[in-house]
Amino acid sequence: MVARLDQVFREEWGRVLAVLVGFLGDFDLAEEAAQEAFALAADRWPHDGLPANPRAWLITTARNRATDRIRRERVRTAKYGLLGSVDRAEEPMDASTFPDERLELIFTCCHPALALEAQVALTLRALGGLTTDEIARAFLVPERTMAQRLVRAKRKIKAAAIPFRVPPPHLLHERLDAVLAVVYLIFNEGYGGRDELAAEAIWLGRALAELLPGHPEVRGLLALMLLHDSRREARFGDGELVLLADQDRSRWDTGQIAAGRAELDQALALGGRGPYVLQAAIASLHTEVPCDWAQIAALYGQLGRLTGSPVVELDRAIAVAESEGPEAGLRIVEGLGLDDFRYLHSTRAELLRRLGRVDEAREAFRRAIQLTGDGAERRFLERRLTELAGTTPSPTREPRAPA
Amino acid sequence: MKYVMLVYQGDAQERQAALSEEERKQVYADYQGINEMPGVTSVPPLGLAQNATTVRVEGGRTLTTDGPFVGMKEAVGSVFVLEADDLDAAIEVAARVPAARYGGAVEIRPSEVYW
Repeated sequence: MVARLDQVFREEWGRVLAVLVGFLGDFDLAEEAAQEAFALAADRWPHDGLPANPRAWLITTARNRATDRIRRERVRTAKYGLLGSVDRAEEPMDASTFPDERLELIFTCCHPALALEAQVALTLRALGGLTTDEIARAFLVPERTMAQRLVRAKRKIKAAAIPFRVPPPHLLHERLDAVLAVVYLIFNEGYGGRDELAAEAIWLGRALAELLPGHPEVRGLLALMLLHDSRREARFGDGELVLLADQDRSRWDTGQIAAGRAELDQALALGGRGPYVLQAAIASLHTEVPCDWAQIAALYGQLGRLTGSPVVELDRAIAVAESEGPEAGLRIVEGLGLDDFRYLHSTRAELLRRLGRVDEAREAFRRAIQLTGDGAERRFLERRLTELAGTTPSPTREPRAPA
Repeated sequence: MKYVMLVYQGDAQERQAALSEEERKQVYADYQGINEMPGVTSVPPLGLAQNATTVRVEGGRTLTTDGPFVGMKEAVGSVFVLEADDLDAAIEVAARVPAARYGGAVEIRPSEVYW
């Protein structure tokens, strides 16, 4: 029952909150009311069993709480000759046809007038139902800091009248990009080992794909996250980073790979050729044996033209090194700026090592290590450097293939 | 929703001075277009920032300094009041202010009553 309840809460939080924000026009009030309703449910449902329509129960209960609160406030403010202004809460609401307003909610949370870190926190709180404490821990900041961040963001939404709506067509593209960026940022935070964030991002990605089924980039992002995440178990062995070529494929989640590919196929069928779709296509090729590096290099080429990113060029260099040899890869790497980017140096180091240019490789490994914080990635580089010290180069090992 | 729109010139005035006659006319027309939009209330034009005087009071003493509170380039260039449905609508108006595309910026402040 408890697991079942968690499941219901998880599924319903965003929907319930979205309806309440839409109805009440006040984020804080909606959140408090939703919290009260969920607490009440957690208290009652284990004894009384689930109501026939849990969502309607939660929304109605929360709405009633909010309305009570508004009435109390109004009585209080009336004494001081001020007028309460929230009238919508008095309107009747048809419990059988609650709209799904999660899209409105996520576009509000990811509005560009909010700081990116606030967008991320608000999205996790509002759509994902994470508590302030959970978000704070996931981003390694004190709970107070996170609480303030959320309060400030909600205050600005209200004070500046950030609209609660799906943006009109002329804004949709740009605003959707912001939403996808927030979800992907959450995923990447989780990819470094904090699994709960990666799972959260995938959950958000699924919800978005359900809400915007016709948008290829939405599906592309979901595919990308599923495909990356399918190799999560194999990326680490005894807490150490394992490169793609050395990964134990039996630990890949084949179900998730299949799900990712299905999303990718849909995105391609919708005509998607955007950055997320391209990255998902690349991630899909990475899970194939043998890996089609020439195709991967070509896709990175397309992606580079779309984004103009030197980091993408670096990835292309790795694929080129695989398909045409380390010399060709190195030529691309040497032409990139990116001197403070650790992956530039680790990639260069591996390619130099494969070419037998040991001294230069050692130098490049040291530079990469300098730029890498403590953790699995740094230990990995240090192992590579040690291995390099006493041995003759073995040209069969991988450079920084995506791990 | 009432917004107070603060227009910062930044480099815009210098850049606009280098424009062709035609482009400059467009800038004037754009400002006039904004002034005539429904929902816009203009305030009397602000004089130049270099003619500003800044007043502070420290320990009961009135300190008067020449110029705007922040640097010349950062000083508010003009102000107008906009009545709009929401922030997105205000952002769209802000994006039409010529200063915003010539190196300046528009700051949108929701108007608020503090008393």
